[in-house]
Amino acid sequence: MSSIQEVQEEIISEFEILGDDKESTIFYIMELGGNLESFPENERVEENIIKGCQSKVWLVADSKDGKVHYQADSNTDITKGLISLLIRVLNDRTPQEIISAELDFIHKIGMGGIIGSQRSNGLAAMIKQMKLYALALQAKQSV
Amino acid sequence: MSFPIEQIRQMFPVLHQEVHGKPLIYFDNAATTQKPQSVINSLEGYYLHDNANIHRGAHALADRATRYFEDTRETVQKFLNAKESAEIIFTKGTTESINLVAYTFGRKFIQTGDEIIISTLEHHSNIVPWQMLCEEKGAILKVIPINDAGEIIYEEFEKLLSPKTKLVSVVHASNALGTINPVKKIIYSAHAVGAKVLLDGAQSTSHLEIDVQDLDCDFMALSAHKLYGPTGLGVLYGKREVLEAMPPFQGGGEMIKEVTFEKTTYNEIPFKFEAGTPNIGDVIAFKYAIDFINETSKSAIKEHEEGLLSYANELLGSIKGFIPVGTAKEKVSVLSFNINGMHPFDVGVMLDAKGIAVRTGHHCTQPLMKRLGLEGTVRASFAVYNSKSEIEKLAEGVAQIARIKNK
Repeated sequence: MSSIQEVQEEIISEFEILGDDKESTIFYIMELGGNLESFPENERVEENIIKGCQSKVWLVADSKDGKVHYQADSNTDITKGLISLLIRVLNDRTPQEIISAELDFIHKIGMGGIIGSQRSNGLAAMIKQMKLYALALQAKQSV
Repeated sequence: MSFPIEQIRQMFPVLHQEVHGKPLIYFDNAATTQKPQSVINSLEGYYLHDNANIHRGAHALADRATRYFEDTRETVQKFLNAKESAEIIFTKGTTESINLVAYTFGRKFIQTGDEIIISTLEHHSNIVPWQMLCEEKGAILKVIPINDAGEIIYEEFEKLLSPKTKLVSVVHASNALGTINPVKKIIYSAHAVGAKVLLDGAQSTSHLEIDVQDLDCDFMALSAHKLYGPTGLGVLYGKREVLEAMPPFQGGGEMIKEVTFEKTTYNEIPFKFEAGTPNIGDVIAFKYAIDFINETSKSAIKEHEEGLLSYANELLGSIKGFIPVGTAKEKVSVLSFNINGMHPFDVGVMLDAKGIAVRTGHHCTQPLMKRLGLEGTVRASFAVYNSKSEIEKLAEGVAQIARIKNK
């Protein structure tokens, strides 16, 4: 399995192919949302909504063989695409890998300019929540 | 005479740029309008040549700045057809104007058990100040319902009126849907039960001819920045007898007649409500925005904008998956819509990528969105400098986007 860094570099080069054309970049992000595994309906509840996102984002995590497995969904297609990128980088890794991950691909693919500053805050809230889940699972494992 | 659209576009420097490599099409005018060169020149000229604190200064610059400042007050008076310029109070914007009334008129004249009526169409700034007042005073907030087209149900409004009604505060034209309310009738009926009426004119004043004497409203609140003027500036119009009966809003300089440590007497209107150094430079520049509107003529602007709205309805209406939101008979040039199967945020971001600026979301009208069963809408709002070819680009863009989910 590729490292977090390797996956980030893959993503960066994929976005480089798209170039500066904002329309095709957004279209690509929306398509990526289709890669998300279907979100369990019973988890689509208020407690799993991430605060600080303009659109609704549901996120849950559990551990499989000491690794964190995320599932997420959103009511907007662009956000779904962004989530799928985060999940592609962070899913099925150890809590420690997730906690110490530096997600510089977001900056490098120029996400701020694509989604605007308000949604960038939402993205930051999403990453924070993913790391908090990893931290919680790590704490549980060390008990 | 045909509308001089090219000439008008030349007056607005900001329009002539590209965003994301595409020519800017600015359709977020209900949020804020762009500024003509004359307004920008005035702002610059004030700080280059005239900056001084106004009233009471015994020197040339102070005298000049005071004169220009008061010129704007007279220009606003004529623009609204108020009886006298003392009825024009400068504020930070519509929100502050409404809050001023809530804090002064509201605190003095609204008591436990009294009722305030608003409508389902209101912006949060015409909801929250009244909720706060009602909570403090034990008064009751009543809401006029709307039909599915986004029009208030007048008969329901009449049923809400009673001798307990002390204030009716309604939007003149809805920011989210564009609906124009039948305000003259509302004012007449409210006065019949002894209630005062505040009109939120944030959206209406740039599109409709306004005559506060003919309307007979007791207050009107508006924002300069939605009228091609500077940001951070608004107006509260109030009838003299009502303003005089109200206590001051904030304490400080300008609003006093005489201060001793034992007692302070207050200045006359409008100064009683303008504590502290006002937003002098922006007030002075605001005159040029109103001059621009007057020179272009309100009736010509209205006709032009109505033409844009009906053209947009025609072109977008035939797009598969296009869902108009707010189909009132009387509307200002606001087109709110959704695309079947798509979130308004996604539509907004994709339009932005095409250089088209629209607003998406709840438009600070969450209760209205809840009533309509929507999370939000995409809102394209048209102004004096928008053209038919821009509407065609919008229609092309929306058609492309709609096809993603509406094959």
